[in-house]
Amino acid sequence: MKNITSFLSASTILFLSLLLSLRASAQVDPLIEKVAQKLALVNDYVAEGSMKTDVSFIKASLGKVKVYFKKPNLLKVKKEGGISLLPRGGVSLTINTLLNTKGYTSIPVGTQLLNGKKLTVIKLIPNDDNLDWVISTLWIDPVEALVYKTATTTKENGSYEITMQYGAYAQQGLASKIIFSFNTKDYKLPNGITLEFGDEDPASKQKMLKNKKGTIEITYNKYTINKGIPNNIF
Amino acid sequence: MWSLIKVELYKIFSRPRTYIAFGAIAALIVVIQLGLKIDGDFYASFLMKDINDTLTVDGKVLNGYLICYILLQLLLVHVPLLVALIAADMISGEANLGTLRLLFTTPYSRTRWVLAKFIAASIYTILLLIWLAFLALFVSMWIFGTDDLFLMKSNYVVLIEQNDVLWRYVGAFVFASFALLTVTSLGFLLSSLSSNSIGPIVGTMSAIVFFTILSTLNIPLFTLVKPYLFTTHMNNWKEFFDIQVNANNEAITGSILNIPKIKTSLVVLTLHIILFVSASIIIIKKKDILS
Amino acid sequence: MFGVFCYYVMSVIKVQNISKHFGSLKAVDDLSFEVQAGQVFGFLGQNGSGKSTTIRMLLSLIHPTSGQIEIFGKRIEKDREAILEQVGAIIERPDLYPYLSAREHLELFAKVRKQKIGEADINATLEKVGLAHRAKDKVQTFSLGMKQRLGIGIALVHNPSLIILDEPTNGLDPQGIADIRQLIQYLAKEEGKTVLVSSHLLSEIEQVAHQILIIHQGKKMVEGVTKELLDPEKRIVQIKTTDDANALKVITAGSFSNYLLPRGEGVYLKIPTREIPLLNESLVKAEVALLGIETKNSLEDYFLQITSNA
Repeated sequence: MKNITSFLSASTILFLSLLLSLRASAQVDPLIEKVAQKLALVNDYVAEGSMKTDVSFIKASLGKVKVYFKKPNLLKVKKEGGISLLPRGGVSLTINTLLNTKGYTSIPVGTQLLNGKKLTVIKLIPNDDNLDWVISTLWIDPVEALVYKTATTTKENGSYEITMQYGAYAQQGLASKIIFSFNTKDYKLPNGITLEFGDEDPASKQKMLKNKKGTIEITYNKYTINKGIPNNIF
Repeated sequence: MWSLIKVELYKIFSRPRTYIAFGAIAALIVVIQLGLKIDGDFYASFLMKDINDTLTVDGKVLNGYLICYILLQLLLVHVPLLVALIAADMISGEANLGTLRLLFTTPYSRTRWVLAKFIAASIYTILLLIWLAFLALFVSMWIFGTDDLFLMKSNYVVLIEQNDVLWRYVGAFVFASFALLTVTSLGFLLSSLSSNSIGPIVGTMSAIVFFTILSTLNIPLFTLVKPYLFTTHMNNWKEFFDIQVNANNEAITGSILNIPKIKTSLVVLTLHIILFVSASIIIIKKKDILS
Repeated sequence: MFGVFCYYVMSVIKVQNISKHFGSLKAVDDLSFEVQAGQVFGFLGQNGSGKSTTIRMLLSLIHPTSGQIEIFGKRIEKDREAILEQVGAIIERPDLYPYLSAREHLELFAKVRKQKIGEADINATLEKVGLAHRAKDKVQTFSLGMKQRLGIGIALVHNPSLIILDEPTNGLDPQGIADIRQLIQYLAKEEGKTVLVSSHLLSEIEQVAHQILIIHQGKKMVEGVTKELLDPEKRIVQIKTTDDANALKVITAGSFSNYLLPRGEGVYLKIPTREIPLLNESLVKAEVALLGIETKNSLEDYFLQITSNA
């Protein structure tokens, strides 16, 4: 009985302190504002690029893709005449989508060195409970106001990491390369369904199981910005 | 020689039995196509259960190419039984009918007749395969359209671009023709040993079923004999649909993962064909025609 | 000219000491005979006497255990294809493809002949065997007799010079039998073909065959010119004694040896009626314990006797 009482009091204190700290910073970080302003210049874009799927249990070749974006948060990745594999719910969680969410709380958590760049780390928590994402961490270059990495936890689809590289379109805050990283689950179909009997190559099987992290990499060659996109594309 | 082959083909295609196999294949394919057309999405989502946990698959997964692959997986196990129906009857059927003595009193050697019969049976087999290819591939392409081939194997998934698919089917069908010709030659060999057609037909079918079971069971004892069984090699047409990946885990378009495996299988199957047909010739040459 | 001359003097079929053993069974036992060109050769024997085995050996369907077969002066095992080019045959039952018509059969077998066989030849053959009106019907609708006719048609379609007919009248009605008889006579007389025809009935053979060979249990029993064998002046007699060996010794030593008929058991002779008393006398002289001399009426009787004793 005593134990329960002490547990309850301890958790009350913890909850209250958390609430207070949130309220203290319940305004948007200026760096986020800066990033958002940069992104606001782009109403829509069509980007052409190539997509590479690197998931342990998937063998797919480099495919040509077109990525369509339209404000506030419409995004579509289309493979040219073919089947595309995209992280479940992950692609839509770009910086645009995150920052175009109506209300969120940002919490700066310091700086971190990433690939030789000193980046400001900011956590975002959406105010709307109905959104799929629960928390997202952004790694932002304070000078360029460019997001180099995001790590987002979703309600339904697990956690994703998106890493970005910038090139010719850095001015508009548009990446030249985006890498989605996500955890993959086991893949196995019974032999009875695939009708694959007989010997399996044990080496390849082992290789397949080793890497449990999947990535999808989109390299953009060309952006067409603010030329208008009909809604039916999405 | 060509006239003997023509005579044999004429006989094969004058018999109602010949068309059973063509009808059976058409019926099976149409039923499966119909089922997949109506309930294919359910089937596809069942197959992609594990994948959908992680990824969203966007595009026409259930397209003609995948349907053809599914059909081949299902049918190439059973077509040998249909091939046996004709091949195992080629010599024994005529021995049973009593017409073998009519053939063997013509001014052609028995070797020529046996070869002509084997070639005719092979042409039948190939035509059956072409019929299968037409229905399974082209009709499926027409009904379901085309897209990339998204192949769900037991332990991994292969995504083959659609312009990289058709040649693989050509390869697979050529390979399958070797597999089926092995069955033809086995049926032929058993046919040369008997004077009634039921024995060789049932014998060929039993041999295929028996060896297929041995080939599919992963029991260490059987693993030793597996590489020597033709049934182990018959299924390797699937190797045309596995693709190489480079160091970055990118699939290399136009590549085949295990070409040596295909080559080995082709050699084993060809050796079986040569062995079975040669044995048939020797048996028939030595045989007294008493029927 | 020389070729033609040769053709007429040479044996079309020359069988030397052929035997065929199936395990312990001697289906054909040391059989020899010759068939001359242009002849109708009657090959007589009970069912199972080895006729069909012999015919199959002539056609290289069965490999002889021993012995040698020459047809057109060529060895069958060496020149099989050249020989078979000039041979037409039906063997035992008229087995055909039930799903093909009479015309299709002829067309099919015309294709596998080296000779050029046209539509007219096929029509002529259909006429010859009386199947022109049923040419398009499937064989499965044919009676046994019609199948037999078609079988003969297949044997004749390539106009061979040697025709081998194994029991061609099997399953035929009396009219059919008469037709076949006529056909055989026509082929030999008008077309100069050599015909070997087998039967288990002497009555069918004796009217057409120039030469007759009777076999029993794979062995030759009687061979001779039909006219002579059926000569009413000659009688077949069976010498009944307690000591056959002694009787045979007397016969083979004297002038009666030419009349002796081969027989496993018992002593048979085909002997002019007037010489029977002389035979009796010489046997008595040699002190053969004679039980009697039984005369048979005809070759038919003899044939029936040797075959029924089996």
